[in-house]
Amino acid sequence: MRLDRLPISVLKTRFIPGGWDVLAFVIVFAFLVYVAEAALGLMGSLAGLEATPISLDPSALVGYAARTALRMLIAMLASLLFTFTYATLAAKSRRAEVVLVPLLDILQSLPILGFSITILFFLSLTPGRVAGAEMAAIFLIFTSQAWNMAFSFYHSLRSIPHELDEAARSFRLSPWMRFWRLEVPFAMPPLIWNMMMSMSGGWFFVVAAEAINVGNTKVTLPGVGSYVALAIEQRNLGAIGWAIAAMFVVILVYDQLLFRPLIASADWFRLEQEAGLTPSQSWALTMMRRSHFLGLVSRLFLGILNIGGGRSRSVVIRPRMAPDDNPGRRFGDFAWYAAIALIGIIAMLKAVRFVFAEVSPAEVGHVVLLGFVTFLRVGVLIAVASLIWVPIGIYVGLRPRVASIVQPIAQFLAAFPVNLIYPIVVSSIVLGNLNPNIWLSPLMILGTQWYILFNVIVGASAIPPDMRYAGQNFHVSGWLWWKRIALPAVFPFYVTGAITASGGSWNASVVSEVAEWGKQHLTATGLGSYISRATDAGDFRRTVVGIVVMALFVVVLNRLFWKPLFARAERKFRMS
Amino acid sequence: MNANAQALNLAPLLDVQGVCKSFRKPDGDELVVLENVNLTLRPGEIVGLLGRSGSGKSTLLRTIAGLELPSGGNVNYLGQPVVGPAEGIAMVFQSFALFPWLTVLENVKLGLEALGHPEADTRSRSLKAIDLIGLDGFESAYPRELSGGMRQRVGFARALVVHPNILLMDEPFSALDILTAETLRNDFLDLWGEGQLPIKSVLLVTHNIEEAVQMCDRLLIFSTHPGRVVSEINIDLPHPRHALDPRFRALVERVYVEMTSKPRGDRVGHKAERFPGTGIGTTLTHVSSNLLSGLLEAVSEPPYNGHADLPAIAEALSMDVDELFPVAEALQLLRFAEIEGGDIKLTREGSEFVKSETDERKRLFARHLLTYVPLAAHVRRVLDERATHTAPKSRFFDELEDYMAEEAAEQTLRTIISWGRYAEAFAYDDARQAFSLENPA
Repeated sequence: MRLDRLPISVLKTRFIPGGWDVLAFVIVFAFLVYVAEAALGLMGSLAGLEATPISLDPSALVGYAARTALRMLIAMLASLLFTFTYATLAAKSRRAEVVLVPLLDILQSLPILGFSITILFFLSLTPGRVAGAEMAAIFLIFTSQAWNMAFSFYHSLRSIPHELDEAARSFRLSPWMRFWRLEVPFAMPPLIWNMMMSMSGGWFFVVAAEAINVGNTKVTLPGVGSYVALAIEQRNLGAIGWAIAAMFVVILVYDQLLFRPLIASADWFRLEQEAGLTPSQSWALTMMRRSHFLGLVSRLFLGILNIGGGRSRSVVIRPRMAPDDNPGRRFGDFAWYAAIALIGIIAMLKAVRFVFAEVSPAEVGHVVLLGFVTFLRVGVLIAVASLIWVPIGIYVGLRPRVASIVQPIAQFLAAFPVNLIYPIVVSSIVLGNLNPNIWLSPLMILGTQWYILFNVIVGASAIPPDMRYAGQNFHVSGWLWWKRIALPAVFPFYVTGAITASGGSWNASVVSEVAEWGKQHLTATGLGSYISRATDAGDFRRTVVGIVVMALFVVVLNRLFWKPLFARAERKFRMS
Repeated sequence: MNANAQALNLAPLLDVQGVCKSFRKPDGDELVVLENVNLTLRPGEIVGLLGRSGSGKSTLLRTIAGLELPSGGNVNYLGQPVVGPAEGIAMVFQSFALFPWLTVLENVKLGLEALGHPEADTRSRSLKAIDLIGLDGFESAYPRELSGGMRQRVGFARALVVHPNILLMDEPFSALDILTAETLRNDFLDLWGEGQLPIKSVLLVTHNIEEAVQMCDRLLIFSTHPGRVVSEINIDLPHPRHALDPRFRALVERVYVEMTSKPRGDRVGHKAERFPGTGIGTTLTHVSSNLLSGLLEAVSEPPYNGHADLPAIAEALSMDVDELFPVAEALQLLRFAEIEGGDIKLTREGSEFVKSETDERKRLFARHLLTYVPLAAHVRRVLDERATHTAPKSRFFDELEDYMAEEAAEQTLRTIISWGRYAEAFAYDDARQAFSLENPA
């Protein structure tokens, strides 16, 4: 790609399209054609979809993978839109904040299958057409992506440094300019990291999102997820292997075309203007920068962002009202909170009446008991995963070369849908005549344990070299080294990873307390299998009971256990 | 004292013979950091290693401590080769390197715990060390609750508690403010003079000339690229030493002369065009144009009138050697000043620069930049020759990497970009990572 070494005669005119242009054009054109084709499919009827069943032929997988990738992209765009609006509202409006932030906390703790009750709504939007089912699938993927992105963005908006905020205000940036010139760039680096995690989350539930199965409603959208579902039903191991390969390729393409350019360009947004750090490299970003064609597109886009930034526009400056002293404002607050309380009470009454119309209080008690069973499972699994991954993470983190190999592998494994492991687990349990209550459990932590590993690796590699030298110089080794240096150093990072892993495991319990391989169905007792059974039966009341209980468990656990632990870790163990 | 102990006292504690250290760069070339370093450390002395940052002094210190292994040569401690972290050699770090989750007492105890001392003994010895170093009452504090000076006291206590024969100090005062550093230095020298410290000798790494003259019995002056000992100065002033004492001043002056009088072949006498292709590989230290004109102005003003003593001007501008030398050298490279025998003297163009207005200054700077800095001339020539008048940064980066390490190449390019922008000789777009000739109108 050393185009700059070309003889000058080749580069005679300025606007001759370069190799980067050709590459950019091919990629953009292929993408457009593909989107158009997929859009045509939307208008097709659901009956037509049933007439062309999923094929396990590996060659069909190419098309399926592209469809799944497109769905994930649309869901990601929707998540971004949600992030930019919801989180911005939460951060800017004091009144909205009191509702939106706790709501986000709860949404984050709901299992994705809980959202499957919305599927009928989407299907009813376009009766008999594929579009409604596609929307439902994209919405399900969206629910596994959006919440943590919104939360990260909200957090960034709340932590914009004072000087930058004051500078933006004193230059009288319009809200639109302020958003694109200050807030989005500032929030970008953590947001990108969260987008990558969200992508993994989307893959993890891809089967549930594409092979929709609620009560009597069965829709199978062409995609990798449906392919996997069929492969499991027909016990086709070869097809499972092909699905893994297809998934790997799609993840790789996403990594190269989307995340790497994003990470590399986010380096420009970092606040610390520390030079000497070599910026991350991305060929796709180089292509975008070198290509005249994409340059034109990006200039158009930037032009839109600058709307509202007219120089001589007179902006009336309203003096900022002093808080609390204003009777009007106080009344507004009162009315607002009263309205929220009222809506809350009405909603609760309605929900209680809806649920208890069929579900007895004794059953709710039983569901809470099931919650404790799953709680026990999550607790034990997190403990076991910690025992395994913390020492390994520390070992890897102290060796940059090993870390650069391990990290992408772990990232791929985090995206690995649990359904792909069903064949192995179910066969072994049946063959060994094992107790599914115990041996199905490891599936829960399959995708989430990697967050512990990631974070511990990051923590260990962040130990300052001088501190490591000090340990060596004073001959600290063996257990003393683990106890006094390594474990405390990674502790805050470990807690962050464990919180993510724990939340994710609750979520995953819905797909991992039940497992199937062909005709063999295994179930473990627990809240996850309860929800799973309720959704399969199309029983909305029990689904609601299940997800409410699960959300309560997760939120209470976060408040009573993880939050104090996190605060303590931040206080005592942070460097500097 | 028995015969054995006497022999031990006379023999050197530490003997470094012909130590070399080099790293392999990604492209397979070797980067030499230390070249044939010899030094000995005898009981009862404080020896200083004085050199600019990046001269490899800290690498040498880590090699002596057994934290890194030399690529060649030997480090012998008490007659035994050092092959790993040696018992009896303790280190004090520039960044303190305290463990934030351990209290002061726990930090200090750590070294004794590691050696497996009984708990009661560990505790009493640690408390004694904390007491000695003036931290009484802070035993249960966490490092983040302490000021920088207090933190470094913990660093000292942690090193002293293991009763090391040799105390290695890696710029222990340079992260502290001037007043705190002075107090801590004096306290240390008092304890050393009274024989209260359980150590036999000290090896101090520093880039602060006054600090070195104040503390050391012997100074080894280190050169850069690669690091080696270029001269040795004995300091026999009695303690306490006073910075205003004429003999002290004379020694400081002598160190400055030693540090500036080395031949610098690659920096003098070449015109950029004379040997095309050579000279591009000179590493440039990043110095902003503000600093360059600031130093020129300071030297041109009375009482110096264009000719200043480096120690004097360093003191007047309260700059460290580490800050002053790169500026002075950049001026020398651009032929705005000459450096010799610890003095800096403006050239005719240097004086002209000071007298000029902004635009004229820029013109003058551009002329010197393109004439005397081969890399700048090279960038300009490439841009002129190309039809598009643009060139990606990577083009020059790759070229520079043939001559220097990646980091040095990055820094050199940063310098050229900054100087080129000031001179308006060429422009650079960071978002596109490309040089160009178009200056934004």
